[in-house]
Amino acid sequence: MFDYETLKIIWWLLVGVLLVGFAIMDGHDMGVGTLLPFVGRGDVERRVVINTVGPHWDGNQVWFITGGGAIFAAWPLIYATAFSGFYWAMLAVLWALFFRPVGFDYRSKIHNQRWRSTWDWGLFVGGAVPPIIFGVAFGNLLQGVPFGFDDNLMSTYTGSFWALLNPFALLCGIVSSAMITLHGAVYLAHRTEAAIAQRAKLAAYGAGLVVLLGFSAAGLWLTHIQGYVITSALDPSGMPDPLAKTVVREAGAWFANYRHVPATILVPVLGYVGAILALLLLRAGRTGLAFIASSIMLTGVIGTAGVSMFPFLMPSSTHPNASLTVWDSVSSHLTLGIMLWAVIIFMPLIIVYTSWAYRVMRGKVTDEQIRRNAHSAY
Amino acid sequence: MISEHLVDLSRLQFAATALYHFLFVPLTIGMVWILVIMESIYVMTGKVIYKDMTRFWGKLFGINFALGVTTGITMEFQFGTNWAYYSHYVGDIFGAPLAIEGLMAFFLESTFIGLFFFAWDRLSKPQHLLVTILMAIGTNLSALWILIANGWMQNPVGAEFNYDTMRMELTDFWSVIFNPVAQAKFVHTVSAGYVTGAMFVLSISAWYLLRGRDVEFAKRSFRIAAAFGLASVCSVIVLGDESGYTVGEAQQTKLAAMEAMWETEPAPASFNLIAWPDEAQQKNDWAVKIPWVMGLIGTRSVSQQIPGILEIKAKNRERILSGIEAAKALEKLRANRSDTEAKTVFELHKQDLGFGLLLRKYVTDFDQVTPELINRAVDDTIPRVTPMFWGFRFMVGIGFLMLALFATCAWATLRPYSGKRPWLLKWALWSLPLPWLACELGWFVAEYGRQPWTIYGVLPTHMSVSTLSVGSLYGSLAGFVGFYTVLLIVEMYLMVRFARQGPGSLGTGRYSSEPALADAH
Repeated sequence: MFDYETLKIIWWLLVGVLLVGFAIMDGHDMGVGTLLPFVGRGDVERRVVINTVGPHWDGNQVWFITGGGAIFAAWPLIYATAFSGFYWAMLAVLWALFFRPVGFDYRSKIHNQRWRSTWDWGLFVGGAVPPIIFGVAFGNLLQGVPFGFDDNLMSTYTGSFWALLNPFALLCGIVSSAMITLHGAVYLAHRTEAAIAQRAKLAAYGAGLVVLLGFSAAGLWLTHIQGYVITSALDPSGMPDPLAKTVVREAGAWFANYRHVPATILVPVLGYVGAILALLLLRAGRTGLAFIASSIMLTGVIGTAGVSMFPFLMPSSTHPNASLTVWDSVSSHLTLGIMLWAVIIFMPLIIVYTSWAYRVMRGKVTDEQIRRNAHSAY
Repeated sequence: MISEHLVDLSRLQFAATALYHFLFVPLTIGMVWILVIMESIYVMTGKVIYKDMTRFWGKLFGINFALGVTTGITMEFQFGTNWAYYSHYVGDIFGAPLAIEGLMAFFLESTFIGLFFFAWDRLSKPQHLLVTILMAIGTNLSALWILIANGWMQNPVGAEFNYDTMRMELTDFWSVIFNPVAQAKFVHTVSAGYVTGAMFVLSISAWYLLRGRDVEFAKRSFRIAAAFGLASVCSVIVLGDESGYTVGEAQQTKLAAMEAMWETEPAPASFNLIAWPDEAQQKNDWAVKIPWVMGLIGTRSVSQQIPGILEIKAKNRERILSGIEAAKALEKLRANRSDTEAKTVFELHKQDLGFGLLLRKYVTDFDQVTPELINRAVDDTIPRVTPMFWGFRFMVGIGFLMLALFATCAWATLRPYSGKRPWLLKWALWSLPLPWLACELGWFVAEYGRQPWTIYGVLPTHMSVSTLSVGSLYGSLAGFVGFYTVLLIVEMYLMVRFARQGPGSLGTGRYSSEPALADAH
């Protein structure tokens, strides 16, 4: 249906859509997890907070799992190199996520203060840690990470976990965490009442401020970070071989795409507009619209990282020529085509039944509902 | 070179986390249909006791499901974190079923499980039943896609090596989906899950009946579990994936190993009911044989031969020799893509490339290959016979034990209920661990029996790992052991607590409840 080059670009967009989908869907329940110990005072309030996402978090988490599966299928070299290279970071994400299924399902099954409070902090870890690590990961990708390949394309990563925690990457982690917190807070303001909604709003204002300042700071800092440029001729529709090109590091290279295609400046602008609109709409009490605005913010900020680096996905700081790009980390033409069909068929269905599930469970979660369903609610 | 130690630790971590994950999956797959059956009866008859059954067993289902999800994410990560070269080498084929599993199955089950638990008051009866059915379909579809991926590891069809990209690439998606090994595995594995679900409900119901508690509730649950269990256990045995064992060489090797068939017998081969395999001498010290049976169940014919281990080894030696040629030619091709002579040699031998790669365990340079190393590589191609032989026999034995139990229980439920039959109820209660044992043994036979390959004939396990430090592996292994031990204790505690409390835990006031535990809400 499509030629190879077009499919490679489509898959760059699709993985972007899946990551943004993950940030919007699983992001709001991670934000709720992050806020749980702070906006819910007392057991009933905590349960109100948990039950705003109780029926949905599991479906939302599939955005993450499918994102991982899609990267495996579409960019096997990225899946292989990033997951093994970021070994301890990936394990930290994984182990943090362990707290969510059990935290949600087991917490309220036992009527014991210490048991419940332990799981509340577990849900906090499961919500707060992954967004920080994802942000840190993007921060490192923007700087390049130390890896190379042998002749058989077996990758070796030479950095350590602690080296990932450099200042720029930590700033990106803070931006990511603040975005997810803002997004979760907006959702909570929409789904709860009175005191909880009020505290959620306050949290949203704080987080929104951090997003705006942090995103700007990261942008300024990026002007001092060397980007990467492909210097050899490269056939975008050729066989993917990451060792067949030459790459150099260059100051300002991450801003080149915005110069070549000025319309792409809209992407970071969306990040700002979304964040500001989310805060204004929240102030005006339009919580539903605020959620859409914060989703736009997520799209803009995540999209900024993608557009800045295009066509790079995972630049190598030690072997720049081995950097992984959208042209040479991809699956075969046939696999990309089949996977595109799978997405075209299933994604609309997923959106329809997920929307239906939210519609069925719509409305505010209240103290009274929790008391009435004490045996069955989370 | 990759150290043996790293490979062993990577295998240990994968096996441990997969076996642990597989404690929860079969129960989910089976119990979800029992929930569908119970709720369907509720919708058809309107009797509220069936709604309570759906909700109570659903509660236990949820406790199990939570750990299934938790440990499932590990599996999704682990191909990338610990098997990076594998992920690169076969991701073009193997990644697609995993991604489709997410799109088609995980979204379905995970979205509707939320409505299953929380939307009882928000949906009409048929709507809620539809939710339960969609959750069940999603759960079972996920088994389909993961077994299509796994079936491809056992019998890699529809793919070809590409020397430009240094990996296997998809050539025919439909043959990957309709891989006969995958289809046989799917039917066998989900049926085993149904048996697990049935046993779980049967055993716990038997316990209530033994104690004379909530008799109406337990009797009905017991009856459904007995009927569903009998049908499922018949399906496991009849559609046992032995039918898939003659397809492809991986399965033939596995079959020969698990049946301890050293020599090729004239068709139809006899079946070693019990034997004492001697691996060093490559023969059985003694064996109790049943004539014809192996040939009949293995090939469903009286004329087709089943190759023995020695014949398979002789063939593998040829393939290793040819594979060495392929590997050498590949090295030349990688150095110079326009080397036409190397290309001709490579094309001639490329179907054996994987066999050549077996020697990477011993040498980095193929010119250093000695006849002694080739002998070692030939020996490597057969998994160890003794664990395969006994693993398989224990699994099958447990299967027949469960058949006897479910048949007796089904028979008993057809009789008028005249009080309890304590012997049968005790039998049912104490059989609770059996399906888990059988499932874990089945996993072991299928995956240990695939060694020394991750992808049979294509990629040796030894080459598949990530280039991590041994220290990292010890660290992550310790982390998994720690987390999984705590999670298991917590899960078992809740499961036992709610099973003991029984339907009283729903708080409807219609059921008895252990007074000491009544605070649990």
